Amino acid sequence: MPVRVEADIKVWQRRDRNKQLAIWGGWFAGVLLFAYCWQIISVNTTWFFVWDSPRIAADIGSRMVPPRWEYIYKIWDPLWDTINIATLGTMLALFMAVPVAFLAARNTTPHAYLIRPVALFIIVSSRSINSLIWALLLVSIIGPGVFAGTIAIALRSVGFCSKLLYEAIEEIDHSQVEAIEATGASRWQIMAFGIVPQIMPALAGISVFRWDINIRESTVLGLVGAGGIGLQLSSSLNILAWPQVTLILIAILITVVVSEWVSAKVRHAII
Amino acid sequence: MLRLEGLTKRYPTGDEALKGVDLEVPKGQVLALIGPSGAGKSTLIRCINRLVEPTGGRATLDGMNITALGVGGLRQARRRMGMIFQEYALVERLTVMENVLSGRLGYVGFWRSWFRKFPQSDVDEAFRLLDRVGLAEMCDKRADELSGGQRQRVGIARALIQDPALLLVDEPTASLDPKTSRQIMRLICELCEERGLAAIINIHDVLLAQMFVPRIVGLRLGEVVYDGPSDGLSPDVLTEIYGEEDWEATIKKDPDGDDGVDGVEIDRERLEGLI
Repeated sequence: MPVRVEADIKVWQRRDRNKQLAIWGGWFAGVLLFAYCWQIISVNTTWFFVWDSPRIAADIGSRMVPPRWEYIYKIWDPLWDTINIATLGTMLALFMAVPVAFLAARNTTPHAYLIRPVALFIIVSSRSINSLIWALLLVSIIGPGVFAGTIAIALRSVGFCSKLLYEAIEEIDHSQVEAIEATGASRWQIMAFGIVPQIMPALAGISVFRWDINIRESTVLGLVGAGGIGLQLSSSLNILAWPQVTLILIAILITVVVSEWVSAKVRHAII
Repeated sequence: MLRLEGLTKRYPTGDEALKGVDLEVPKGQVLALIGPSGAGKSTLIRCINRLVEPTGGRATLDGMNITALGVGGLRQARRRMGMIFQEYALVERLTVMENVLSGRLGYVGFWRSWFRKFPQSDVDEAFRLLDRVGLAEMCDKRADELSGGQRQRVGIARALIQDPALLLVDEPTASLDPKTSRQIMRLICELCEERGLAAIINIHDVLLAQMFVPRIVGLRLGEVVYDGPSDGLSPDVLTEIYGEEDWEATIKKDPDGDDGVDGVEIDRERLEGLI
């Protein structure tokens, strides 16, 4: 009991003794587990390679500078493709995500036991598969190229966008919906006037946020042949053209920084 | 015009919010519904336009049984019952004009409302109402830029543009300061008189109710325990509605009464808001 009486004074503690002991026990078990795992990892590590790694890194690093600037003319196009994959993929994802979110939100779903689980399943399956794996699948289904990348990004983003959006729908102020309902509005009008204005800031924020993530994700899609800058990156890596790799990494870095700046600006402007 | 017969609401938890309420509101009559928190005031008015589904009894509006209506019929019936809310319940991110026009949703098709192409007659009426409630300059402001009193005025305009026969008013002044409360109550009562509307006004403030509303209905634990003129509220009646308390200072004094100075003093202070 957190409160004990000791010589007529009530002593208060945050937890009683048993709970305190249990918490200490939990920490102790955690430390033991960590030590045990550390030991296993240590046994399975070839420490020679680890000790050698600074030298290798320095070696590769020295080969990577200076970047091969003239290669920039070869990467403008794939860079543009990358941005397009991200942007189109995000737009496609939103088209699918908005209806799914409405079907998944408890307060808007047409049927809580028939339709909501289907919507949740769509969300989970989209989120559980990485965009690189989607791309691998799609490259073999619809062939290599930008289109496969766009679809991969879209399929991957649907779950993310729907999940955040349906959470926003569930958190809306119900009294505004009630007020629209009381005017005799139809089901669709209640949605358009009572719900949509309330989730617009969330929708805008989610789309820009996802676009920003997708820029980063689409830079690697080329590794599996789904178009974009990743293709250049993988071929440069394959031929050990380190100065080209540096330039591509710099280009990716700048693109990501710019996209983050844009998304921060846009989100700030909307909310 | 509005008649409630044995209206009952039992929540799934087993709480009986309304225990067979009988009430009749003639055309053009304004009545105040008072009672302690949890007495079922909000549930009662929400059962009338079925934002809350009653579990028993009937509510009829001009002979039409609201409780038996299907989806389409209910929409049509709701158009005739304007509702005003405690926390205004404006759509915060829409403009004042859009909020007022949303009162016409029951009359306008989906695509017209989606593209905000409301008929010119509705827009004219919206401007007229905004002018009437004193917000003529505000139509382009977003609802979340307004003060509490201004928001409630928008709420009133939204309810009136429905061209209702009955107003359901849920604690219109609970979030407002004393002066604004009076202005809003006066506005609601004036508009009801101008347009011959009946109204049921849930209200906490007994004095405010007495000041503006001729008929008072007291609700306690889902049952009507008082139904009569506002002058008829005696300490005994208030004890019946709310429970034991010293009610002398709460009740409006007779002009020639020689009661304690304190009560009169409070009364005068509160009335200053009117001027």
